[in-house]
Amino acid sequence: MQFMLLFSRQGKLRLQKWYVPLSDKEKKKITRELVQTVLARKPKMCSFLEWRDLKIVYKRYASLYFCCAIEDQDNELITLEIIHRYVELLDKYFGSVCELDIIFNFEKAYFILDEFLLGGEAQETSKKNVLKAIEQADLLQEDAKVSAPSFFFHISSALTCMLYHRMSNGCPPTHGEESKCTNYVLQEAETPRSVLEEIGLT
Amino acid sequence: MSDVVEKTLTALPSLLSLDSQPGSTKLSSTSKLGSLIRGITELTSKHEEEKLIQRELVSIKEQVSSPNTSMRQMKDLMVRAIYCEMLGYEASFSYIHAIKLAQQGTALEKRVGYLAVSLFLNESHELLLLLVNTVLKDLQSTNLIEVCMALTVVSQIFPKDMIPAILPLVEEKLNHPKEIIRRKAVLALYKFYLIAPNQVQHIHSKFRLALCDRDPGVMTASLHIYLQMIQENPEGYKDLTTSFVTILKQVVGGKLPMDFNYRSVPAPWLQIQLLRILSLLGKNDQSTSEIMYEVLDESLQRAEMNHNITYAILYECVKCIYTIHPKSELLEKAAKCIGNFVLSPKMNLKYLGLKALTYVVQQDPKLALQHQMTIIECLDHYDLLIKRETLELLFRITNAQNVTVIVEKMLEFLSTSKDDYTTTDLVGKVAELAEKYAPDNEWFIETMNTVFSVGGDTMQPDIPNNFLKLLCEGFDSVEEDRKLRLFAVDSYVSLLQGKPGNLPQRFLQVISWVLGEYSHLREELDPATVMRLLVKLLERKQTSSETKSYVLMAMTKLCRSGEGVSIAQEVSESYSSSMDTVLRQRAHELQHLSHNLELRTRVLLPGEAGLEPLEVDSSLSFLDGFVSEALAAGAAPYKPPHQRQEELAQAKALSLEPYSLALPISMSSCSITDRQSPTLLSMSSGLSGDSTDLSHKGGSTTLKLDGVKRVWGKEGYLAQREPIEEAQIEVPSPLRSPIQQTETGNSHSPSPAPTQSPEHEPEKQQLASSLFVGLSSQSSVCLMGKSEPMPQRFRKKAKGQSSTSAPTSNSLISLPSTVDHLLCTNLLEKTPELSEVHAAANGTCDVEAALVSHEDSNTPQDLCLSSHLPAELSELFHSEISPLCSTQSLHLSACYVQKEDSLILVIFITNSSDFAVHDVHVDLDSEQLEVSCASDSPVKEVRGCCVAVCQYSLTVKRPSAHVTVAGMVSHQLHIETPQTAQFSYELPLTSFVRPLKVSTEEYGRMWLDFTHDTKQNLTLINDGEEPLTDTLTVLKKKLQLHIVEIIGMEGIVACRLLPDQPCLMHCRLHAGSLAVWMRSSLPDLPDCLMYHCQRSLTEH
Repeated sequence: MQFMLLFSRQGKLRLQKWYVPLSDKEKKKITRELVQTVLARKPKMCSFLEWRDLKIVYKRYASLYFCCAIEDQDNELITLEIIHRYVELLDKYFGSVCELDIIFNFEKAYFILDEFLLGGEAQETSKKNVLKAIEQADLLQEDAKVSAPSFFFHISSALTCMLYHRMSNGCPPTHGEESKCTNYVLQEAETPRSVLEEIGLT
Repeated sequence: MSDVVEKTLTALPSLLSLDSQPGSTKLSSTSKLGSLIRGITELTSKHEEEKLIQRELVSIKEQVSSPNTSMRQMKDLMVRAIYCEMLGYEASFSYIHAIKLAQQGTALEKRVGYLAVSLFLNESHELLLLLVNTVLKDLQSTNLIEVCMALTVVSQIFPKDMIPAILPLVEEKLNHPKEIIRRKAVLALYKFYLIAPNQVQHIHSKFRLALCDRDPGVMTASLHIYLQMIQENPEGYKDLTTSFVTILKQVVGGKLPMDFNYRSVPAPWLQIQLLRILSLLGKNDQSTSEIMYEVLDESLQRAEMNHNITYAILYECVKCIYTIHPKSELLEKAAKCIGNFVLSPKMNLKYLGLKALTYVVQQDPKLALQHQMTIIECLDHYDLLIKRETLELLFRITNAQNVTVIVEKMLEFLSTSKDDYTTTDLVGKVAELAEKYAPDNEWFIETMNTVFSVGGDTMQPDIPNNFLKLLCEGFDSVEEDRKLRLFAVDSYVSLLQGKPGNLPQRFLQVISWVLGEYSHLREELDPATVMRLLVKLLERKQTSSETKSYVLMAMTKLCRSGEGVSIAQEVSESYSSSMDTVLRQRAHELQHLSHNLELRTRVLLPGEAGLEPLEVDSSLSFLDGFVSEALAAGAAPYKPPHQRQEELAQAKALSLEPYSLALPISMSSCSITDRQSPTLLSMSSGLSGDSTDLSHKGGSTTLKLDGVKRVWGKEGYLAQREPIEEAQIEVPSPLRSPIQQTETGNSHSPSPAPTQSPEHEPEKQQLASSLFVGLSSQSSVCLMGKSEPMPQRFRKKAKGQSSTSAPTSNSLISLPSTVDHLLCTNLLEKTPELSEVHAAANGTCDVEAALVSHEDSNTPQDLCLSSHLPAELSELFHSEISPLCSTQSLHLSACYVQKEDSLILVIFITNSSDFAVHDVHVDLDSEQLEVSCASDSPVKEVRGCCVAVCQYSLTVKRPSAHVTVAGMVSHQLHIETPQTAQFSYELPLTSFVRPLKVSTEEYGRMWLDFTHDTKQNLTLINDGEEPLTDTLTVLKKKLQLHIVEIIGMEGIVACRLLPDQPCLMHCRLHAGSLAVWMRSSLPDLPDCLMYHCQRSLTEH
């Protein structure tokens, strides 16, 4: 894998991981181009894109797009599942993960990603093992300062709601689905029914 | 038990969050990151955001540099800095603090520090050097978490040059009791292997340990390394095939722990990785492929569940089945899979189905026929990606009969596509098809016109070049040539008379050239008319100066008499004072010509007679006099561009390498004034510029030519052709079972696809018949590259032939039935001189050899065989004679002999039977080596109980630490069926190394010319008084180097790789080890030699 990007439906970057050395200018250019292209795709289209000499595999979960760049001989479908497994990991770690969890705890999201993918290759595919590694590291930190955890883990749902509306400024919550807090949980975006049946989080 | 653990673990996060819940409200109000994020969300404009972030950055900057900031605060600051960078604002001031945090923080702080480093810096960032010590410390830490963190950061980002510093520690971790540490260590080594393969060459055996690790996670991690290594050298790992197959069998059979399951599929990632490895191993190798048929079949059967993950495995399986040596049952199943993919309503699967179809279509055109209706539907798909892939598929099945329809579809797509990359790619393909299969002149010119206007200025420059070459070199018939040119001229004149304004510059250049060259063919066309059209181009503002100079050149060819001359005079007048020197030059030429009638008649009127080929002196030897004169007068000698750049870079940037700085210092400390280090010497010779030395000049010309070649290679044809050629190579030989043949026959009538919509049916049927014409069973042969039903209309001469012949021969190689024949004819054509030694006089020995070889003991055979060495070689050093392979009656052994200027591979063919063996052919092939025959007459038969000897001379094409020759022997015993056997023979690179006797001055001069270098610290041999001399002597003895000079703590050594690739080595004693710096003009040579130096020193 060459890189992985997470961005919101408003085109805001939420996470970026580059497995190939590129200059900052290059990275910005790629991000800008890709965000535009992916956002312009319609929901029924393929989850793949040919872009320059790379293949882009992307998937939308609620308001977040997960987007990976792979080489031509790599397997597109398994990359989709890598994305899915990552979302599962996030979900398990944060407990019904939503975009805000990732925004406010992005370093945790990075830690999980690093346990899961290392140097662009799947490092550990057992969900249990990844979480174990993360939690061990977390425990260490908790030991060090039990009384003062560094970041708030969970924001109360009311706050979530309020913040969410502000986050999507310029794009007020006009869509019905967003007025309910429960929908903020990262779930697969609207896709054809058949696919939904197969994939989709609990 | 594990269940209990798992439950506890899954409960953990909720426990943690419960823990932090009470504090969360408080934290969110005080957390700086929280308020920053909320601050941003409250803003309404980009401008405000920018202001806010800049303020934030200023405050972060202030705090990070304050000495009172604790590490904990630092961590928060770092997180905020990462956030700012993610938003696209630069926070480079914090990089150094990230490193500091990783160094000094504890636990989580360190973790954030490492994370920040891996996000902020990239591999070549100079600050990374500061991280090395921290990583070293953490790798040695007793805290597992810290070790994990260090390994994680190392496998993401680490300076290449510092790998040796931590390598032993990482290696040690391969034996760590915790599997997570072992796994991370393996991945770190994988990373090292990717960025500096020579550094980890010596631990290949440990990779095998990792592969056999009891933990599946560690084993999975090691497969990344194996995939990479097998990609580079599939021959070297054939012995592992059985192991990989066994692993895959176990995985598929569900023998792994449950938590490796993903959606109840056992370890899909692992399966896919293994399938990829197997396809690499089984490619073009029947015996290896046979090992995997069973497990592939099983994988196909198991993957029946209806989910993405099983599709992923199926897809990989199908790819593997079509890559390895074919087996009809598997092919059938795979074809069915592809069918399911293509027909699937899910876009992702449809796309992959098309992709797979594209991959296999040349081998199995009937598949495309079966799905023609789906393909046609996909041609009009709303998703451009699917459309694009369909075109790719059509591109592969294009032939002379369907070319017009396919090209039309491609051009249609081009007109809607806005993406530059796609445009460039497709335009190249259209041009290729047009050149190959054009049905007539008009179509060809018109298609090329579209190509030029759509492709614009982004297309590959060799499209217009090839086109012009084709026009001017022509093909077989003179009349055809004339017609094509005439048509081009007509078409361009009418284009220029219309609206030339929108045409891209490249196209205008082509037009100008063609009009200048060929407009005289159209007799009724007045040159002055053309001139006037060209003048219009000149007057346009958008016309670039390159195009203008094309136009002026065309005018030079056109200005013959009358009005044309006066136009030319006018034009040249206005451009003779142009600021552009090229334009000015052209204008002056034109001016001169237009004023001089005599010159005009002499130059222009002979017309056709001027077509005789010019001899070009590519070495520019006619300039030698001028050059030496200039040099004598004090001019600086020519330096190749890369050297100039290097010097420029050295002058500009402060060199951060302590090594090069140390050179002059160590010299002064030695206080040797009359001797100079190589670097200084070469600098001075470069500056004073009085070098008229021939060898140096020779070196620079060759370098220059290299440069030119490289530029050409980069830009064009190769890059564009490669994918196609590759695909053709990948096509394994089609196994035409009787069943398949009948099926192919049946599919002649298009089988209706279930998805077709009835109302469009007639149209689509029509389109189908025009698209898939020529794909029927009979002409499917042509797709395999055996024969062309229609001769290619335009055959490019020089370049084109070589590029079209390559895939053909490749695909032939993959056809086993034709292989032998082809190889035989090749061998005969090349008249490989093989010699048979019928040692009748030495009969006893032969009998002995035969007897012994039956008993498979090598030493006595070795003795006997070595007596068969040709006289001229027997005096020289030869390696141990090792067995290669045997067939029923023949035994092959080989050794190599090091001659001074070449390396000879000697193959002994021992016939152990009593009968003569006929039609013996030995064929050698190597990716890294150039193989040529070196003996006198071909061996065709080996009589009973005799030994025949073949000699081959080898030179290195592409250095690598060990080079291998793969080969095949085929023969007939009596009237029996032909027998073949394959073998491979490995030689160390050192056998190609010879001493290079140069003086210190010459050494200095060469040093600066070379660009590829590597540095490493090697162990010093410390037994004697003079460690440097001792070490160098050992190296000299083992590797055949030439010690140029030893001065105090430094020594310079030179050698050459046969035939004449010099490699220079500079050694210096430094802190108890030998700091070696190697340079060569060949990319991988220093790395490989370094590996051998390292090995011979450790062995000592």
